[in-house]
Amino acid sequence: MAGYIFRRVLQAIPVFFGTTFLIYFMVFAMPGDPIVALFGDKTPNPAVIEQLRQQYHLDQPFIVQYFLYIGGIFRGDFGTSFSGEPVTQILARTFPVTIRLAVLALIFQSVAGIAVGLVSGLRKGKLFDSSALVVSLILISLPIFVIAYVAQFVFGVQLGWARTTVGPGAPLQDLILPAIVLASVSFAQIVRLTRSSVIETSGLDFVRTAYSKGLSRKRIVPVHILRNSLIPVVTYLATDFGVLLVGATVTEGIFNVPGVGNTLYQAIIRGEGPTVVSFVTVMVLLYLVVNLVVDLLYGLLDPRIRLVK
Amino acid sequence: MAPLEETPLVAIDAVKVDEKPSNLWIDAWRDARRRPIFWISGLLILLIIVVALLPSVFSPVNPFTEKCDLSLSNGDPTAGHPLGFTKLGCDVYARIIFGTSTSISVGFIVILLTTVLGLLFGAFAGFYGGWIDATLSRVGDIFFSIPYILAAVVIMSVLSQYRSIWTISLAIGLFAWPSTARVLRAEILRVKQSDYITASEALGVSKIKILLRHVLPNSIAPVIAITTISLAAAIVAEATLSFLGVGLGGTIMSWGNDINQAQRDIRVHPQTLIWPSLALSITVFSFILMGEVVRDALDPKARALR
Repeated sequence: MAGYIFRRVLQAIPVFFGTTFLIYFMVFAMPGDPIVALFGDKTPNPAVIEQLRQQYHLDQPFIVQYFLYIGGIFRGDFGTSFSGEPVTQILARTFPVTIRLAVLALIFQSVAGIAVGLVSGLRKGKLFDSSALVVSLILISLPIFVIAYVAQFVFGVQLGWARTTVGPGAPLQDLILPAIVLASVSFAQIVRLTRSSVIETSGLDFVRTAYSKGLSRKRIVPVHILRNSLIPVVTYLATDFGVLLVGATVTEGIFNVPGVGNTLYQAIIRGEGPTVVSFVTVMVLLYLVVNLVVDLLYGLLDPRIRLVK
Repeated sequence: MAPLEETPLVAIDAVKVDEKPSNLWIDAWRDARRRPIFWISGLLILLIIVVALLPSVFSPVNPFTEKCDLSLSNGDPTAGHPLGFTKLGCDVYARIIFGTSTSISVGFIVILLTTVLGLLFGAFAGFYGGWIDATLSRVGDIFFSIPYILAAVVIMSVLSQYRSIWTISLAIGLFAWPSTARVLRAEILRVKQSDYITASEALGVSKIKILLRHVLPNSIAPVIAITTISLAAAIVAEATLSFLGVGLGGTIMSWGNDINQAQRDIRVHPQTLIWPSLALSITVFSFILMGEVVRDALDPKARALR
């Protein structure tokens, strides 16, 4: 196990340098003045430009700039936002809200997705199955901002069941609607994955054996079929984290949830390029860490993975 | 025991000479054409492409030449303007019709880019193995580790002065190709084990010829299956970026732009938001349905799950 952890962490190092270098390269190795480019149509105050030049060490050669920037990341310095607040300070304030939203969405999508997928798979070809497939395809086709606006309009404006924007402190009951919206796309994917996995497992020999030795369906479905069908679903939940990050950016923006995603959203729509870069970097690093942790957990749960290679 | 002459060995071994030889593609076509959703999604896609190519046939109003009338701001539908007007007094229907080509072009340019990059990286990594595979796969890992919409947000922020269909397609495609490369690489690793590859090697066929003539044609099916779905994803990505305001500039007709413009008035005038959203969703839905059919048709294992 120690060897597996070591190998996996070692693999993550080039990816860490690669991704940060790519982001940095895209921004600062472009022709022209990167700071002016980042502001687009706006012409920032010369003092702001000068401060950003210093912050990103633009007087140095490119590769030196990059390593100074990496050094900053290791010291926990992700730069300052447009309003002058350190990015880490903003993260400390907004991160707990995003975690709450994301955990809520994860619960919704996995509980509902697995339940619907299981019933669908057990009743393959029946009315419930066909309708679940159609609904999931429609949900996959709807971009998340469309789902968010429809939900906001129907449940918030017309029916008045939920508040259209989240109140100060982001209380849990205000987060329910945004979390359902955030969960909807992955919910559909989980339904489809669980369904096909259940159909596949139901046809396997050990399930037939279980039936032929007289076990009840009540025992076979949860213990034999469901448990063995969940492996691809769990894998999906981990890879889906990137979708969740982008989804959270849009959802938090539309429902005005005071989270990390909303900070990025506000910076994007206001055209505050340097803040956008800082927060995208934070999200990418988060994505790397989550994938690393999930891989390590796999090694812990499934001995086959850590023994291969 | 039955006498020997009664065993119809000839019948068992007989090859029906007249029958057309079947292969994966013929089987796939036979399977697909039997399914109603193939025809439904196919007709929808055909219609969408015709609208994208000839928008003026479908909309008498040309939004590029006809000026918007501010006095009609958020106006209700009138004769000749079936879906009403935007906040700036532009014809909603005309903007949707003329915005079709934007979504479709971005979709096709992106899959062209991801397929070319994915084929190059996936084929070389899977076929040559060793350090080539190790290097190419690590490069792929790096691009794969940045969610492509986030990467596109950064690229489009930097390229704020050069916003066009080409730059946005480049921004999306540049980070979307590793999934194609991964699928192809995995399939090539499987195909490489086949006896006919060993036979070709034994016959002394050159490596590059084996790759192009035998390995690629036999491992391309899963790539084609995911390409249709990638096309839908690219259309969503363009709309999301335009919706966020880092996509296409204001002069380009784009459903994402229209949704972005309409969002402020969602409470008082939701129609201007709903119509472009509907156009976007129907387009994405058509391509996703088609992707499902193509995947099922090319993968016998997926057929069994229906």
